[in-house]
Amino acid sequence: MTAPTAAGCAAPDQAAPLPASLDLEKETVITGVVRSDTGEVVPGAYVRLLDSTGEFTAEVVTSPAGQFRFFAAPGAWTLRALSRHGNGDTAVTAARGINEVVVTVAA
Amino acid sequence: MSRDTALVSADWAEKNIDAPGVVFVEVDEDTSAYDTGHIAGAIKLDWKTDLQDPIRRDFVNKAQFEALLSERGIANDDAVILYGGNNNWFAAYAYWYFKLYGHRDVKLLDGGRKKWELDARPLVTDKVERPRTQYVAQEPDTSIRAFRDDVVAAIGSKNLVDVRSPDEYAGRLLAPAHLPQEQAQRAGHVPTAISVPWSKAANEDGTFKSDDELRRIYAEAGLDDSRETIAYCRIGERSSHTWFVLQELLGHRDVKNYDGSWTEYGSLVGVPVALGDEPGEA
Repeated sequence: MTAPTAAGCAAPDQAAPLPASLDLEKETVITGVVRSDTGEVVPGAYVRLLDSTGEFTAEVVTSPAGQFRFFAAPGAWTLRALSRHGNGDTAVTAARGINEVVVTVAA
Repeated sequence: MSRDTALVSADWAEKNIDAPGVVFVEVDEDTSAYDTGHIAGAIKLDWKTDLQDPIRRDFVNKAQFEALLSERGIANDDAVILYGGNNNWFAAYAYWYFKLYGHRDVKLLDGGRKKWELDARPLVTDKVERPRTQYVAQEPDTSIRAFRDDVVAAIGSKNLVDVRSPDEYAGRLLAPAHLPQEQAQRAGHVPTAISVPWSKAANEDGTFKSDDELRRIYAEAGLDDSRETIAYCRIGERSSHTWFVLQELLGHRDVKNYDGSWTEYGSLVGVPVALGDEPGEA
């Protein structure tokens, strides 16, 4: 792992593979793609993770393949995507390990 | 300070891209976005490699700041317009540095890179070169910077504002949720700190909420604007965003940013820590 002083807060590359050091017994990963209403992947969309009260928790920009990824905790979350093609929301109940979600955006 | 002196709109920025004496600066922790497209004429600053000391845990000193701005071609009398990704977090951090080192005319682009992109405004990949300058910084204004002893002394007596997400405040998460959670330090918050996530101050397109909305948010959260305030987060960039709102937009006095933030406080031996959703006792 990296020292806390070295780890900043910028959103990392969303297309990068999960780090080998990542412990999926402990981490709750919420990952997936943003698609338009015609089914095409949407790169450059802003995806926000909102907690069970609707409060902002984190935001990333989707990769060229429309991918996003968050490291959260088990529980209820909402994913909200903003893009030039429109916006969309998806609710997810996450458990430990990898949780895959699709968020569809429409104008 | 006020919105007129601290902020420019995307419309203003697009009209003033070529204005003489105006320098656009994109600031990010990861500057790869700049390389895929930036506002025409904008130079880049890398928060980690340009603005942090390479050895000590501290940001660049006066001489390093002078060398950086001289090399990038920013002059003392330039109007500097800062913008970036992550809802302008690192641009706000850089704004705080420019103020700390006494730059006269510096503003944030409201909405940063996100609003610019969502509006489909033009981005270019041209290489930007500016002629070298002889930048002279002022001595650091530590009235806007809090150190760890200031934070411990403020428990129960000054406004402490924790601007991280509610789950980080309560100790359920140790980092923003786009990052792996494994960390060395303890989870929780500084006792008596109120929780006002930075995101309360921003619309979802990254622009700041209106002054009336901002005043209401901090009043309802229990911020006493007759007292000094220290804002903190995890590494000091989200709290720069809130420092900007309180001091530069709303005109509060005696607001400090604690750039050591939770990565320092949560690693200190012997200091009090509160867990859960309530501020806790002094």
